[in-house]
Amino acid sequence: MLNHHDIMSTIDMIDHQHLDIRTITMGISLLDCADPDPAVCARKIYDKICRRAEQLVPVGCAVERELGIPIVNKRISVTPIAIVAAACQTEDFVPFARAMDAAAEVCGVDFIGGFSALVQKGMSTGDRRLIAAIPEALSQTRVVCSSVNVASTRAGINMEAVRRMGQTIKKTAELTADRDGLGCAKLVVFCNAVEDNPFMAGAFYGVTEGDCSVSVGVSGPGVVCHALQAVRGRPFEEVAETIKKTAFRITRTGQLVAQEASRRLGVPFGVVDLSLAPTPAVGDSVARILEELGLEVCGTHGTTAALALLNDAVKKGGLMASSSVGGLSGAFIPVSEDEGMIAAARSGVLTIDKLEAMTCVCSVGLDMIAVPGDTPAETISAIIADEAAVGMVNSKTTAVRLIPAPGKRVGDSVEFGGLLGSAPIMPVHPESSAGFIARGGRIPAPMQSLKN
Amino acid sequence: MKAIITVVGPDRVGIIAEVCTLLAAQKISVVEISQTIMEGTFTMIMLVEATPGAPEFSVLQSSLSDKSREMGVSIRIQREDIFNAMHTI
Repeated sequence: MLNHHDIMSTIDMIDHQHLDIRTITMGISLLDCADPDPAVCARKIYDKICRRAEQLVPVGCAVERELGIPIVNKRISVTPIAIVAAACQTEDFVPFARAMDAAAEVCGVDFIGGFSALVQKGMSTGDRRLIAAIPEALSQTRVVCSSVNVASTRAGINMEAVRRMGQTIKKTAELTADRDGLGCAKLVVFCNAVEDNPFMAGAFYGVTEGDCSVSVGVSGPGVVCHALQAVRGRPFEEVAETIKKTAFRITRTGQLVAQEASRRLGVPFGVVDLSLAPTPAVGDSVARILEELGLEVCGTHGTTAALALLNDAVKKGGLMASSSVGGLSGAFIPVSEDEGMIAAARSGVLTIDKLEAMTCVCSVGLDMIAVPGDTPAETISAIIADEAAVGMVNSKTTAVRLIPAPGKRVGDSVEFGGLLGSAPIMPVHPESSAGFIARGGRIPAPMQSLKN
Repeated sequence: MKAIITVVGPDRVGIIAEVCTLLAAQKISVVEISQTIMEGTFTMIMLVEATPGAPEFSVLQSSLSDKSREMGVSIRIQREDIFNAMHTI
């Protein structure tokens, strides 16, 4: 039975409220590509990715066409390369990133993630080599994304890894200085990283996953914002209900796309990631949702509470709509990728300190924030440590994706283009954290009882 | 496979006839039609089904897209599944 209103509302969401599927991400295990000879290992990596993901883009495009909903990105995530290449007799891990990049190019995907290491408790030789290769790897490749997990609720914070990542981010920025430090937009430092995240730049395919699966990340801030206009001034119960219903609809679409893609590709369906992922386009912003709730500018007092409500309602609404939920699942607050966040940061209302508070109640962390190019590596490490502490103590995923834009100062801005957007340079505290970072060692895992 | 065709544009004589003629030629059966005119804008929603001999989805989609340009109205075809997923439990 045709329902005129339902059909036209779906079309309106797609045409005017930026409803889209943010990504179909194919996870591919590379555990069987290990080889002592680095050239053989790189060839196996290339071959396996090409073989498994050959049909990903054509299938994604066909599903997009038939269902009439845009699927913005097609991506690949792989087993952390620090594990895959651990047995290789080489100091230089950059060729593995080049093999990933070449395979991604052949498959026609937008990004490939998994140039990664998991070092929350300690660093093996493979982990050290991978971290050392990150700046070169990100400057020499086009679509490779890298992530390093430096902390977890069970292991604590590896402060030696935190120190190295501050330096790694600085070096990556320098090597991609001609593109405003773009390399750093493809590098995430995690606490409690998840193994089935389909979103970049932090996607990798965990070792406990199967050989291959396909997951979907949904989007839809514009749809939520539009729905909330109907309950202006109403109590929060109505707000939460409206968000839940909208999230349900968005997620059902994601589930449908995931099932279709899984069936056609002949690989298992992984998860639907229930995230509200913004874009720099007007009308597709998480910050504007918070403002719709009654805040003059995102970042003012009340923002954390508004975000907590939004994040929770999105999960509650989305959970029932999918048979398997996972990944990061929550509202994203990447500054450069969100039109409202950019405006709030430019106006000076939204600061890094407020963003840090906001990350206590949402997914994922201090994301896509441009800071002055002369920010010391120790300060970046200290920001990572703060954010990791938030994740560690609250048993949630947090992440840092900072861009110390070379040669830029507060008042300047950087342009990355496309989904990565543009960002004003945000100030950091000038007081030094060097003594704190120089200590090294590990911050012990926190108590799981006596919660206060 | 069932699909939903939506036609939106300025009202004029013969829109339904033209779209249905194309569908008949392509061996597409019309299961249900709902149509309104609001302030001069014609909106039609059709539930259609492929019969034996019907072309591939992408072929039908491109002939509807040609027709859309020729008639100066928006015509789109989407599988019914997306609407069911979004609006039914």
